[in-house]
Amino acid sequence: MRRETIHAYLLLLPALVLLVAFTHWPAIETLIDSLYATPRGAHPAPFVGLANYTDLRDDPVFWQALRNNAIYAAATIPVSIVLALLMALAVNGALPGRSALRLAYFLPTMLPMIAVANIWMFFYTPDYGLFDQILGWFGGGRHNWLGDTSTALPAMIAVAVWKEAGFFMIFYLAALQTMPMDLREAAALEGSSRLNYFRRVTLPLLMPTTLFVLVNAVINAFRVIDHIIVMTRGGPDNATTLLLYYIYETGFRFWDTATAATLTVVLLTILALSAWLQFGVLGRRIHYR
Amino acid sequence: MMVADHNRADRALETIGAWMLGILWLLPLLYAVWTAFHPAAYATRFDLFAPLTLKNLITAWQAAPFARYLLNTVMLVTLILAAQFLLCTLAAFAFARLTFPGRDLLFAVVLLQLMVMPDVLLVENYRTLVQLHLADTILGIALPYLGSAFGIFLLRQTFLTIPQPLDDAARLEGCGLLARLWRVYVPLAKPTYIAYGLVSVSYHWNNFLWPLIITNSVTTRPLTVGLSVFATTDQGIDWSIVTAATLMTSAPLLVAFLLFQRQFVQSFMRAGIR
Amino acid sequence: MIRRRTLLTTTAGMLAAPAILRAQTVQKLTFYYPIAVGGPLQAIIDGYCKGFQQETGIAVEPVYSGAYSETLIKALAAIKSGAGPQFSVLWASEIHSLVDQDILVSLDEIGLDADAKTWLGGFFPAFMANSHADGKTWSVPFQRSVAVFYYNKDAFRDAGLDPDNFPTTWSSLGAAAEKLTQRDASGRVTRWGIKIAGDLGNAQWTFGALANQAEQVLMNEAGTEVYFNKPRTIEAMEFWQSLSKQHHATPDGVSNWPQLSPDFLEGNTAIIQFTTGGLTNFLAKAKFPFGVAGLAGKNSPHTVVGGANMYFFKSASPAERAASLRFARWISQPERAADWSSHTGYISTSPAAYETQTMKNYIAKVPAAGLGRTFLPVATGELSVHENQRVYAVLTDNMQACLGGTKTPAKAMEDAQSETDRILKPYKRA
Repeated sequence: MRRETIHAYLLLLPALVLLVAFTHWPAIETLIDSLYATPRGAHPAPFVGLANYTDLRDDPVFWQALRNNAIYAAATIPVSIVLALLMALAVNGALPGRSALRLAYFLPTMLPMIAVANIWMFFYTPDYGLFDQILGWFGGGRHNWLGDTSTALPAMIAVAVWKEAGFFMIFYLAALQTMPMDLREAAALEGSSRLNYFRRVTLPLLMPTTLFVLVNAVINAFRVIDHIIVMTRGGPDNATTLLLYYIYETGFRFWDTATAATLTVVLLTILALSAWLQFGVLGRRIHYR
Repeated sequence: MMVADHNRADRALETIGAWMLGILWLLPLLYAVWTAFHPAAYATRFDLFAPLTLKNLITAWQAAPFARYLLNTVMLVTLILAAQFLLCTLAAFAFARLTFPGRDLLFAVVLLQLMVMPDVLLVENYRTLVQLHLADTILGIALPYLGSAFGIFLLRQTFLTIPQPLDDAARLEGCGLLARLWRVYVPLAKPTYIAYGLVSVSYHWNNFLWPLIITNSVTTRPLTVGLSVFATTDQGIDWSIVTAATLMTSAPLLVAFLLFQRQFVQSFMRAGIR
Repeated sequence: MIRRRTLLTTTAGMLAAPAILRAQTVQKLTFYYPIAVGGPLQAIIDGYCKGFQQETGIAVEPVYSGAYSETLIKALAAIKSGAGPQFSVLWASEIHSLVDQDILVSLDEIGLDADAKTWLGGFFPAFMANSHADGKTWSVPFQRSVAVFYYNKDAFRDAGLDPDNFPTTWSSLGAAAEKLTQRDASGRVTRWGIKIAGDLGNAQWTFGALANQAEQVLMNEAGTEVYFNKPRTIEAMEFWQSLSKQHHATPDGVSNWPQLSPDFLEGNTAIIQFTTGGLTNFLAKAKFPFGVAGLAGKNSPHTVVGGANMYFFKSASPAERAASLRFARWISQPERAADWSSHTGYISTSPAAYETQTMKNYIAKVPAAGLGRTFLPVATGELSVHENQRVYAVLTDNMQACLGGTKTPAKAMEDAQSETDRILKPYKRA
C-alpha cells in the first residue's frame, strides 16, 4: 500500500473507530435486536423474526407517537426557522438596542432544556402560573395546559420553538453579515422595494444556511425530549409521547429492549429518509456562491 | 416625502415588533429570576416592593452537591472538546488533503452520523458501555460523542479552503504530514475551531438524556442530571428553590455568553457556517 | 444474558453462604433512596447512616436518585450495568416486576434466623403484604404511608361546612367540594374544592384508593390478574370523573402530583388527596389551620397504602447482603422507626414503634400524625402486578382519557382490562 494511504488510514482510525462503535455498529445491532424477543431473566432471547414489527403495527401508542412527532416536527421546524430569520433580519438592521435584542433572542439557547422545562412547567401551572395570570388580566379563563390532551402538545411545541429560534438566528445572522453590500446598493438604485429585494436576492442567497438550519431543526425535532421527560412524562394519555420518548420509556421503564430496538429502527429510518430528502433533493436546488 | 414617511413608519413598526418579541422571549427568564430571588410567598405575586432574598440560592446550593456537579460537567466538557479537536483534526486532514482508496465512501459513512446522534441509539450504546465497564464514568458519558461527524465535516471544509501554496511551502521546508498539519492548517482554521468549540461546549453542557441514562452516582452526574434529580419530590415542590437551582446550573454558560457574545457571532461568520 | 462474574459469585456465594454470615469483611454499602433532598430529611438519613457506622464499622452511603419512578429506573440501570447499590429503597408495589428481572435476592436466601423471623413478624401486616412472592419474602417495609385528605379548615368555615367533621361518603364529599369551589365575578375559579393526582406514577395510587372505596381490589395477590372492568371499579372511575364533570369541583383533565402541595399551601385548593409523608412539610409551611382526614368511601372510608420498601440485590456479595439486612434491621428498630416517622409523617412500620415514648410525645403534639395508622385496617395494597410499570402506563393512559372526556369510564376500564390481560398472559401460565 502506498504510504499516503497508510498515513490516511492511521489519521482516520481513531475518529472512525469511535464513530462506527457508537453510531453505525449500534444501528446494525439495533436492527438485529429487533428480530429477537426481549430476554427474560437469565434465559437467552428467542428469535422471532418480524413479530416485533407486527406487534408494533398493532400498538396504538406507537401510531400516536408517530402522529405526535409528525405534528411536533411540522410545527416546530417552520416556526422556529421563520422566527430565526425574522430575528436575524431585525438584529442585522439598524435597530436601536440591537445588542440587547440579540442577547434576548439567544439566551434561551444557552439554558439546558431541563432548566427550561422547569421554568415553563411553572408557567403552565393552572391558576397561578404566569400564563393563567396574564390571561386573567385579560379576563381569560384558567386552563390546565399540561393536563389537557388538546393543549399539552402545543405547549411542548411552544417550549421547543422558544428554545431553538435564537440558535438558528445566529446562523442567519452570520450569513446576512457576510452578504455583499453592493447587491443591495444596486437594487436600491434600480428602485426595487425592500420586500422585493428580500425575496429575489436575500432569500435565495440564504438557502445554504436554511438547509443547514433545516437539518438541525429536523434532528432536534426527533432528538430533544428532555422537556417531555420533565413536564408531562408523555401524558396526558400519550398526548405528548414522541418517538424517542417512547423508546426511552419502553427501554428503561419497562425494560422491554426488543420493542425499544424495533422502535429505534423506525426512528433511524425516518432520520435517514429526511436526510436523503434534505441533502439529495433540496441540496440540488441551492444556489452556492 | 411620502416614501420617507412610509419608511419611517415601517421602521418604527418593525422596531416595536422586534422589541415586543424580545421581551416575550426574555419573559420566562425574568420570571425565573424574580422567583429565585424572592421568598416563596411572592413566587406568584408581583409586588414591586417584595423583599429580595438569597436564601433560595443558599438552600438550593446546600440541598444537592452542585459544586461536584459543576466539576463533573467541566471535566466532561473539557474532555470531549479536547478529544474532538484532536480526532476530528486528524480525520478532516486526511479527507481534505490525502488521496486514498475509499475516501469518498468513508466520508459518506462519516456523514451518516450527522443525522443519527448517539442519543437515538440509547439502548445499544448503554449496553456497549456496560460491556466496556465504563458505565457511570465521565469517560463513559463522553465516549459516544468523541468521533464527531459535524467536527470532521466543518474542519474538512475549512481545510479545503486553505491555499495549496502554503502547504507546498511547508512541504518544501521538509515538514512531514503532522508538522504540516500543525503549522499550516490548524492555525488558519482557528475561527472554525472556536465556532465548533462553542457549539460543542454548549451542546454537551446542556446534554441531558444520555448522561441521565449512563450516570448513577454523584461523582459522575453533570449539572443537568443533578438538576432533574433535585426537582422531583414526594413532599412537594418549592418553586423558588427549583428556579434558584435552575438559574445556578445555567449561570456559567449564561455568563460566558454574556461576556463573549461578539466573539461568538464573529467566529460563526468567519468559520463560514452558512 | 448471564454474566460470568455474576454466575461465579452467586455459585460461590451459595456454596459458602452458611459459613459467611458475619459482616465484618464489608467496608461499604451503597443504597438508592427516593426521598427528596433539601431540608431535614436528607440530614436524618445521613445521621442514621453515620450512627450505623459508629455501631458496626460499616459505612453506608445513601444516594438520592429522584422520585419513586426515577429511583426505580436508576437503580435498575445501575444493577444492569454491573455496578450498583447493594440494596435500595424502592416502590413497594414493584415486587413482582423486580422478582421477574432476576436481580433480587430473597431474605430467606440471605438467611433468617429465629430472631430475624420474629423481627419480620413485627411489622404491620398491611405493609408486609407487598413483600411476598413465590412463597418467599423479598423486601422490608421502610417508608410506608397511606393516602389521606389534607383540608383547609378556613376554607371549610368560609363555605359553611364544619371543619371538624370531614365528609365520609362519596356523596357528601362531592357536595362539600362543590361548596368549597369559589369563583370570581367572571366565573373563573379562584379556589378549587378538591384535587387528586392523575399523572403517570401517581394515578394508580389515587385509583387504588377509589376502587377500594367501592370495595373492589384491583389485582390478585400473585399479580397475575387485574379487575379493572368489574362494575365496582367502573363506579370508582365514574366517581372520579364526576368530580369535574358534575360537581365542577376539580379541573378538567389531569392534575399533577407535584402541583398538589404548592396548590394546597397557596390556598388554591381546599382539599387534596396526598400521602401521610407530606405531613411534616405542611406543618412547617401552612399558614392556615388544616386537618387530616381519612379518604371518603362509597359508604365508608377506605384508603390505599403506598410507599417504599428495602430490596436487596443479588449482585451483592454474601457479606454485603448480610450487612444490608443488618442495616434494615437496625433502621427499623422501634425507636428509630418512631424517630423517622416523627420527622416525616410516614407511618411507622411496626406497632412496637407506636409504643415508644418518642412516638407518644409526637402524637401528643401532633394528633394528626396518629391518624394514618388508624386507617391501616381499611387500606388495601397499591396496584402490584407483573410488568408493573407497563400496566401502570396502560391504566393511567385510559384514566387520563376518561378524565379528559375522550372515553367513558366503562370504555376506559374495558380497554385497560383487555390491554392488561394481554400483557399478563405469559405470567398466568407460571
